[in-house]
Amino acid sequence: MSQLVTYALPGIPYGCVFALMAVGLVLTYKASGVFNLAFGAQAYLSAMVFYVAVHAGWPKWAAFVVAVVVLGPLVGLVLDRLLFRFTRTAPPLVRLVPALGLLIAIPSITQMIFGIEPKLGPPAVFLNPNMIYFRFAGFPVDGNEIATTVATVVVVGGLALLFRSSGLGLRMRAVVESPRMTELAGIDADRVGAFAWILSSFFAGLAGVLLAPLYAQLSASNFTDLLVAAIAAAAIGGFSSLSLTLAGGIGLGLAQEILSGYLPSGTILSSGLRPALPFIVLAVLLVVVPRFRLGGEVSDPLAACDPPAPSLDPPPRIAVVSRGARIFAIAVAGALVGSALSWVSGNWLFTITQGLVFAVIFLSITLLTGMSGQISLCQATFAGVGAFAAGQLASHFGMSVLGGMVIGGLLASAVGILVAYPARRLGGIALGLVTLAFALLMDNVIFPYSWAGNGASGLVVPRPRLGPISFGGGGAFFWLALFVLGVAGGAVWLIRSGTTGQELAAMRGSEVAAATIGIDVRRLRVVAFALSAAIAGVGGALYGSLQQTVSPNDFAYELSLVFVVVVATVGVRTVSGAIEAGLAFTVLQQIITSLPTRYGSLLAVVFGLAALSYVRHPEGVVAYGKRVVLDMAEKLVVALERGGSSHGSATGSGRDDGTATGTMEPDLAVGP
Amino acid sequence: MSVIEPATVQAPTLLEARGISKHFGGIVALTEISLGVSQGEAMALVGPNGAGKTTLFNCLLGLLRPDTGSVLFRGERIDRLPTFRRGRLGIGRTFQRLELFTGMTPRQHMLVTERVHRGDGRLWKDLLGMGRPRPEERAKVAEVLDLVGLADVADVPVEALSLGHGRLVELGRALSGEPCVLMLDEPSSGLDDAETRLLVDVLNRVRSERGTAIVLVEHDLAMVAKVVDRLVVLDLGRLIADGPVEQTLAEPAVRSAYLGLS
Amino acid sequence: MNASRAQAGPELAGLLVLEHVSAVYGPYRALFDVSFTVPAGSAVALVGSNGAGKSTVARVVSGLVKASGGRVLFAGRDITRWPAWRVARAGLSHAPEGRSVFATLSVEENLVLTFRQAVGRRGVADALERAYQAFPRLQERHKQLAGTLSGGEQRMLSLAKVLAVPQKLLVVDELSLGLAPVVVDEVFGALQAIRANGTALLVVEQHMDRVLALADRVVVLSKGRVVYTGSPEGAAALATTLVPPAGDDGTSRGGPGADAGDAGELGSSGLGEVSSPSV
Repeated sequence: MSQLVTYALPGIPYGCVFALMAVGLVLTYKASGVFNLAFGAQAYLSAMVFYVAVHAGWPKWAAFVVAVVVLGPLVGLVLDRLLFRFTRTAPPLVRLVPALGLLIAIPSITQMIFGIEPKLGPPAVFLNPNMIYFRFAGFPVDGNEIATTVATVVVVGGLALLFRSSGLGLRMRAVVESPRMTELAGIDADRVGAFAWILSSFFAGLAGVLLAPLYAQLSASNFTDLLVAAIAAAAIGGFSSLSLTLAGGIGLGLAQEILSGYLPSGTILSSGLRPALPFIVLAVLLVVVPRFRLGGEVSDPLAACDPPAPSLDPPPRIAVVSRGARIFAIAVAGALVGSALSWVSGNWLFTITQGLVFAVIFLSITLLTGMSGQISLCQATFAGVGAFAAGQLASHFGMSVLGGMVIGGLLASAVGILVAYPARRLGGIALGLVTLAFALLMDNVIFPYSWAGNGASGLVVPRPRLGPISFGGGGAFFWLALFVLGVAGGAVWLIRSGTTGQELAAMRGSEVAAATIGIDVRRLRVVAFALSAAIAGVGGALYGSLQQTVSPNDFAYELSLVFVVVVATVGVRTVSGAIEAGLAFTVLQQIITSLPTRYGSLLAVVFGLAALSYVRHPEGVVAYGKRVVLDMAEKLVVALERGGSSHGSATGSGRDDGTATGTMEPDLAVGP
Repeated sequence: MSVIEPATVQAPTLLEARGISKHFGGIVALTEISLGVSQGEAMALVGPNGAGKTTLFNCLLGLLRPDTGSVLFRGERIDRLPTFRRGRLGIGRTFQRLELFTGMTPRQHMLVTERVHRGDGRLWKDLLGMGRPRPEERAKVAEVLDLVGLADVADVPVEALSLGHGRLVELGRALSGEPCVLMLDEPSSGLDDAETRLLVDVLNRVRSERGTAIVLVEHDLAMVAKVVDRLVVLDLGRLIADGPVEQTLAEPAVRSAYLGLS
Repeated sequence: MNASRAQAGPELAGLLVLEHVSAVYGPYRALFDVSFTVPAGSAVALVGSNGAGKSTVARVVSGLVKASGGRVLFAGRDITRWPAWRVARAGLSHAPEGRSVFATLSVEENLVLTFRQAVGRRGVADALERAYQAFPRLQERHKQLAGTLSGGEQRMLSLAKVLAVPQKLLVVDELSLGLAPVVVDEVFGALQAIRANGTALLVVEQHMDRVLALADRVVVLSKGRVVYTGSPEGAAALATTLVPPAGDDGTSRGGPGADAGDAGELGSSGLGEVSSPSV
């Protein structure tokens, strides 16, 4: 018993910090419907500013005011004004992608501003963290434990008072469901939302500053783990009850410390399970307890006020323009292949090949997220399974990597089924969280084993041979990558135009109606995961063979988040979007490596910030750009034709009859 | 004499509820409802708001699990079948609150339903390029689109359609599955007069040509009278009347509960 | 259309005035040059077929959809660019089409949310009482989540929200949709009552019979244009010509591919003449 308490006491600061974050998470989730995965990053930012200010000789109170009281809420206000205000009525993916983008961008921006050198010994806000102030029933209580407990009690108590006295809680819940309906009741929904963001960002900042001194060094990854724990605590509160969330956060903090106290130290299990524990709790809660499912989110009854989303099918074009576009696309592709093989340096050939390989992995996201609307945050894990399978088969059984690629794909597919089957009833963001939990678990607990990813030393994946042909050289491997991409892209394209694609699209539209017409939605979800994981697995094996060595670091769970952000930003709905995303990802990376190290994380910033555009252009920036260019080309053609013949009209030149599209001019469109 | 009278013998009961009860928290939604619909029969389910009509639909379709009682299809219990299996048995339905496949056009709605109904779609066929809609499927879908009067807007994404057109898309989608029981939840609400007349025509044609059983939840009694010959009245989760339209409407309990006449 | 202004005099020109309002609503739905007036204390019915733009008019008026051209005046102030909450606070309440309750809040929370804003914390209890008096069914279910109510009960709740607190103007969209006949009677009774209390009404309806009995002025929309403004009797007479026979409705609706000229012709020819001599 006394042993238990000894283990549990250091858990109090963690628990309080988890609870603070979780309360902030629930607040914004309730007020804006956004599951703000960027809170960990916001906490990191505040902790960093506090650290830098204190080290610059500021008094602690001044540093605290700037970092937590001013900066925290300010970031929240800016995010609300510029971003999340516009996503309230959007589908889950649109609300998730910008948050993911921020999660990736904010730590990188922070490091670019404050430098990448290690920040050792983060200061405590008040009280000496390691001093024993008093003994509680014989157990020593240190400054950290007192400071976090007091801060949490004061802040949460204040919040409860505010809610009770002003009816703010009720308004927040109303705004989440339908901001427009709330406005019809005379309530300024924007203000309610902004207030929630200010409040919860203050909580995030406070949690960051309180958490920092618990670690020897200020590092962004600790704050991602913090976020993970906060999500689990929020799940314990059913994403709505603040008191349960609070209790859940504290409970998790205690459980984590108790667990690591009892587990044998120095093993993968003890070092891996501790950070993964909150997410195991989360996954189990989401899968087992029906009430916790967020999938059946209530839709806004006034959603019809929005103009319809851009259609997946590109608008029919004037014949000349569409022919021109096709020729242009073929020319670009040809130029790319030709230049990759002829005049570019080996470095760039490698980069372009890498882009093709990533395009294969990204196709798995096109299929899963673009076509069927399912959110997965573990695609890098699937890729890792494929790569490690190919590597293990090659080193233990001498199997060719080409065979390993197939088996790796199949194995990844099996793992995909393993994740999707228990989660087959989940949809929307809940599914995303379960997959994230899975990625974290694999990353921390499975991949380090020697029979899997073999920890930091990794695995060798040789370049394949096919009879007399060796793919060892850069040029040969380029053709292999292009071939695999062609097969995978063709498969995705065929699936989309076939029965499965139609069914996936129906599931994306309405699961209830899909079931009513006879589609087995749960099976279909598992099928989608199996197919997607298979593609990711093949891509992962190909990646391994390209790099020739892989380690779990190559498939860390953060990478899954980056993948989703990159693909969603460039274009998640089409096969060409995945290819463009793959090339953009690696080419930009190559350009950035030539910059000073301080800007090493610029790629994350670029894509993180670009993801913010997803709110306005869910079809992807490239798809949007193409549409704009083609619209202009079309107008030009029309103008030229008008100039050419006095009777000339655009209608004769090939626009399909009766197919109205997003580009139609409003006053031509007499509504149905 | 054992002369078999083929036409006048009671048509087989297709879908049947036996003693279904359902509670939500402390609220009783359905109490011991027993009700069957036979082949070629058209029946309307009416009752004041909150009588439990939609709840009954959801129980029959498997979207809700009744507390007690069972659901039978052609005499066999289907309580344990999930919704999609019931759909494949030939129970089609529309929703009071539209459940459309957002992002798809009416034509795509019909195409996917047609394909699922045929049940010959396979992943390997897709991968071999045999998954695209075939000409005969396109022709059938075009027929349905014509039937429900959506040919003009067949290629417009459904988000851009009005409520009334949305209802017609749902009707067309249900019809594409060639159901033997068609369950319609307030199909005429949101339709204008011309569209309501069209709806009546479509339902009568489907019933006479295909022998489809029709179950309507509807408030527009004038429309109901043109489609059905049997009227079932629910009030507060209880079945208070069941019989031919005129006769049922004349019953005092119905007049007070539903029409507000004393 | 000018007749109404001449009749009423400048300061009574109308509680709600739409001047040449147009609205773009995605690429598909639109309003073209819609002008009409709702005088204080009167009841105006807005009728027309499916997709005519009735709900869009209601949404433009309450600020949910922004007009792309023209002006909306309410109680003498230009509210064209106002956000919806500001319009609501100015005394214009809007019961939108379809489900318009907060499904995740209880019945009572739904009501309290609205009343607290409209009449302040002190007035909530009275307003609740009035709402429950109007719809006793809601009192029975006051703790239930509104999402678990039946469709008709949800309509009652959304009406209770707007009926219990008197406003200057009440805009109701497709009121009778999904309501049992006995409830429709109740609802129209309630509308009569609040009108007697001095609240003006703008009633959007598809089925004319009941609303014509309530309204003292009717605006008919077709394809986003006003094709008739005037007395209910005139509208009733017009109704027979407006509604095409079931057979050829496909041609009259006109798909999105249809030419703009189509709608223009319909607006200016046949029906335009009917509208001028009225009022």
